[in-house]
Amino acid sequence: MPPRDDFEVIDFNSKIKGEFMKNKISTFVKSFWKAIFLVGFLFAGQQVSAETVLKVIPHADLKNIDPIWTTAYITRNHGYMVYDTLFAMDANLKPQPQMVDSWDVSGDKLTWTFTLRSGLKWHDGADVTAADCVASLKRWGARDGMGQQLMAVIEEMKAVNNKTFSMTLTKPYGLVLESIGKISSNVPFMMPKRLAETDPFQQVPEIIGSGPFMFNKDEWVPGSLVVYSKFKDYKPRSEPTSGASGAKIAKVDRVEWHYIPDATTAMNALISGEIDYYEQVPADLVPILKGNPDVTVEVLDPLGNQGMLRMNHLHPPFNNPAIRRAVLASIDQEEYMLAAVGVPDYYRVCHSYYPCGSPLESSAGTTLISNGSIEKGKRLLAEAGYDGTPVILMQPTDIPILSAASLVTAQRLRNIGMKVEIQAMDWSTLTSRRAKTEPVGQGGWNIFHTWWIGGDILNPVLATGMSGGGTKKAWFGWPDNAVVEMMRQEFALATDANLKKQLGDTIQGTVIDQGFFGNIGTFFVPVGYRNNVKGMIPSPVQFFWNMEVQR
Amino acid sequence: MFFFIIKRIAATIPVMAVVALFVFLMLRLSPGDPAAVIAGDYASPEDIAKIRTQLGLDQPIIVQFSTWVWSLMQGNLGISIFSNLPVTKLIAQRLEPTLMLSLTTLIFAVVVAVPMGVIAAWKAGTWVDRLIMVFAVFGFSVPVFVLGYMMIFSFSMELGILPVQGYKSPFDDFWQFVRHITLPTITLSVIYIALIARITRASMLEVLEEDYIRTARAKGQTESRVLISHALKNASIPIVTIIGIGIALLIGGVVVTESVYNIPGLGRLVVDAILKRDYPIIQGLILMFSFVYIIINLVIDILYTILDPRIRY
Repeated sequence: MPPRDDFEVIDFNSKIKGEFMKNKISTFVKSFWKAIFLVGFLFAGQQVSAETVLKVIPHADLKNIDPIWTTAYITRNHGYMVYDTLFAMDANLKPQPQMVDSWDVSGDKLTWTFTLRSGLKWHDGADVTAADCVASLKRWGARDGMGQQLMAVIEEMKAVNNKTFSMTLTKPYGLVLESIGKISSNVPFMMPKRLAETDPFQQVPEIIGSGPFMFNKDEWVPGSLVVYSKFKDYKPRSEPTSGASGAKIAKVDRVEWHYIPDATTAMNALISGEIDYYEQVPADLVPILKGNPDVTVEVLDPLGNQGMLRMNHLHPPFNNPAIRRAVLASIDQEEYMLAAVGVPDYYRVCHSYYPCGSPLESSAGTTLISNGSIEKGKRLLAEAGYDGTPVILMQPTDIPILSAASLVTAQRLRNIGMKVEIQAMDWSTLTSRRAKTEPVGQGGWNIFHTWWIGGDILNPVLATGMSGGGTKKAWFGWPDNAVVEMMRQEFALATDANLKKQLGDTIQGTVIDQGFFGNIGTFFVPVGYRNNVKGMIPSPVQFFWNMEVQR
Repeated sequence: MFFFIIKRIAATIPVMAVVALFVFLMLRLSPGDPAAVIAGDYASPEDIAKIRTQLGLDQPIIVQFSTWVWSLMQGNLGISIFSNLPVTKLIAQRLEPTLMLSLTTLIFAVVVAVPMGVIAAWKAGTWVDRLIMVFAVFGFSVPVFVLGYMMIFSFSMELGILPVQGYKSPFDDFWQFVRHITLPTITLSVIYIALIARITRASMLEVLEEDYIRTARAKGQTESRVLISHALKNASIPIVTIIGIGIALLIGGVVVTESVYNIPGLGRLVVDAILKRDYPIIQGLILMFSFVYIIINLVIDILYTILDPRIRY
């Protein structure tokens, strides 16, 4: 240790005393700056602003901004911010007028006339006209499945005057309002004619809507930030808000979507108050958020999401309906949901292929699947004459819920006596591979999993998985069943509610009997928000109007 | 030297050409189809085919490659398939956060690590040396995301003095920039501090055994002068090399830190683009990273000649 002679001179040498004082002053100055720095750290973020801002963590990154060009849910949510719709589903899933003021149907149910509300304006200041709406419906009808069906029965659609347009049908159609008031992708959003005339397979060059918020394209940083500002000329309806319908009132000046892909960081940002609203809280983080007194976690979606096990009907072993039935009979929803979601508060066993709680909820055909067990699956598989053909199961490892469901399926199929090969991949690879109709040996597949929000499976026309149109019309997996297709067509044309219910039941019964797909359970994704956020709207789709932040 | 620099810059052209070809082919041969991702769950095969045609993905690979190279020669990196925005704009939006994080990390790491390495070598075999080496092992061993969450928990959640996430530009608000960049910088620096400190120590230990060090001490030079002017300068070649490699790794390797702290940088851009198969963004970024690596290597080579006059090109 060096000699400590400095102590001796400090007390007795005035020159050194001066040095000592200098050192003390220097220490004081340093401490002062440290304090300033710390205060700066603490308070630099607290800026005073009169503008009210709602800061949201959306469920995904907004990568494209044309809600007709893509079906991505995040783009649909963006669409609801910026655009408005002619009709919108209320909380009871009934279409209600939104941009439309009044409408009329001719006695033969072939001519529909719609009159727009007065005072509707686009974000660029121009008036909304009937011609804009006709062009928008045509663009939507070229891309959306339900839209394509509606367009197939439309003989003519034209603007009668600035505020009125008409639709002439070739035959009565039972889903006119349900189609143009569709709640989920692709939503028939209205846009100015000059933009609606864009090729439906190309993105619109500009985002001009007539909705309650305007899109600030200059502030958009894909992968990070989306900013909307209140559209001051928006004219809300006078009816109370209900689902997607009723008054849409922008109660904040600005809505910011801060995309935070890391769930833990997102949770921390909500707890620390940097963010007001977290759109989809993973179930495993719920207990932590529930333990925080400043945060509320709740489910706003009354219908939830239905998990789907899809088999490829084109190739062995699932080109045999008896084997598909054996698979369905082995599905135990409780086991799937425990593995994929984990928290019983956020899933439910629901064997109906239409969402439980929706108008068409049904128990038709569910005898096969309501008590799913390995023994039953094993017995049916033996009866079906399974020859040991291996099953290729695509597992999307980047989507935890589907990844877990894939593992459950693999194990259950092995337990009933099937040979299963799991192929791990990312979701992008899966989406391109599932489109392959070739046999397994040439890059094809046998099983994959996905899910649908309740709003997408409300009826057999909307539910893409129920299509039996084979390789030409059906969704990936390609069930081929002319009877189901005919009944779906009848459902679309039916105008009587009782007949629709009967057809809905029969279609579900056939879809289960023919093993179109497996229903692996219904799960709910809760939202998390700071307690000072008010005005959330219960709905299968996330809306941001009527929400406010009380500072 | 002038001709060396010209020669090296000229050599970047064939290197970039090979990288461009390699990246292009790898992407086209890998599974995944952006048209299927865009089309979504409801699309028919016809819809997917139409989107593929609109994007030009149905063209033969040679045609797609020629089109891309032609636009590259005009300084155009292409248009993002998903956002429909120019790739140059997307890169420009993300460049600043990554550059700032890399810069602050580098400065912090060098300022902390080099003195640590010098002290460890000077006090070799003592508890000081061991303590520094324990830190170095810790720095190598702890995953960045674990350290990041620990820092957020301590400084943001418990003490509440720094933000959890996000980035602010220093050109908009310098204080906010400092607040937001502090934790990511410390988190990302730890591994580089460990790396640079170890290399500095090893290099210094070697140099401290040299005759000219003994001579300098015999001449009565102060220990600090011996260490800094005589030893450190001569030990600096491997240190500069490792710092250079560190810069190159930082530019493309900050993705975990960017994710944990939600910094909208290039690392996240490239990962998002790969997940979505946004070919123009992936191609543009990899080309840019390659160019940066080449330039950094050139700068390091030039620095060698300044630090060691015996090196000539």
